[in-house]
Amino acid sequence: MDAQPDASKDAKAAYLDALLGAGLLIDTGVPGVYGRSGMFEDVITRFEAMVTAAGEGQAEVIRFPPGMNRAHFTRSGYMKSFPQLAGAVHSFCGDSHAHNDLLQAIEGGQDWTGGLTGTEVVLTPATCYPLYPAVAARGTLPADGGLYDLQSYCFRHEPSNDPARMQLFRQREYVRIGSPDQVLEFRQTWLQRGQQLINRVALPYQLEIASDPFFGRGGKLMAMAQKEQQLKFELLVPITSLEQPTACLSFNYHQDHFGQTWEIATHDGEVAHTACVGFGLERIALALFKHHGLDVKTWPASVREALWG
Amino acid sequence: MIEKLRALVADHGGLAVDVATLTEDADLYRAGMSSFASVQLMLALEETFDIEFPETMLSPRTFSSLGAIQSAVVQLTSAAA
Repeated sequence: MDAQPDASKDAKAAYLDALLGAGLLIDTGVPGVYGRSGMFEDVITRFEAMVTAAGEGQAEVIRFPPGMNRAHFTRSGYMKSFPQLAGAVHSFCGDSHAHNDLLQAIEGGQDWTGGLTGTEVVLTPATCYPLYPAVAARGTLPADGGLYDLQSYCFRHEPSNDPARMQLFRQREYVRIGSPDQVLEFRQTWLQRGQQLINRVALPYQLEIASDPFFGRGGKLMAMAQKEQQLKFELLVPITSLEQPTACLSFNYHQDHFGQTWEIATHDGEVAHTACVGFGLERIALALFKHHGLDVKTWPASVREALWG
Repeated sequence: MIEKLRALVADHGGLAVDVATLTEDADLYRAGMSSFASVQLMLALEETFDIEFPETMLSPRTFSSLGAIQSAVVQLTSAAA
């Protein structure tokens, strides 16, 4: 997956340079961790308003912070599938002697993180992970299931010079929890709505059956099973490469994975199924700046109308 | 060999049914094996038989039944011999 042709690597670095040069992103010295300008944020805010309108106000709005309960993260099985992407929060919990050791390590230019201890918090890997235990805690679902509107920063440890592969980025999600029929109908509806939204902002795209980046050799087996069952679709937009377009939206059917894990029961007492649609907000903004130019004032009138009204 | 495979599937397959009731061509995924369980089973097979599944064999079909697993293991152990 990392063996990309040099031209593609150059295109990624060149686009990152252009974004930094235009002041849309602000370098922090760590690949994939950037500040955002007011213009960049405005595009995301306006696109999110389009997503909200498409959601027709039917979902319960919940916002979780970008850190979540480590025990919930563990029980979700994230470390089984994506250990290479996880990030856990560590803090200093020692006494004055340990503090002294820590300062000496810093003074000596050594790695000082060994003196830290894991906390109860991990960085949220995907916006919907904190939702399932919260829904489970409420007890049996109502007859029409649940529909939730979420947004959060997420963390994935994959440093890269590709501006479309950030380590800290936002996902907007709608999540459906209910019977298999309810969640599959939801996914079908959002497959249509997602394409309509991307058409309105005049981005080229293709839809593909996709798989998650499961870890290791066994991950290939899991990815193939996921593809065979058509559990994940992605809406891909070329950003820095035509051959390897970037997933900007994904439409995921988790079957009963989260329902089993969290013992979420439908009104009929069956194990709940879940599905989600995720919008990669930075990726959508990056696609817009790539296709329509680095200054929003020069964007096509139809796109400006769709975003700013 | 099939009894050895049955034991490994019982330990790692996470099946919803008793593995003793399964015929050699019964679909293990239908019997409740998750894709993650199939990875656990794959690793256990590699350890037990001292083999390594090449990438071309890392597909759900390879682990779909006791019979399919047996032919894959036979192919890899005879290649090594």
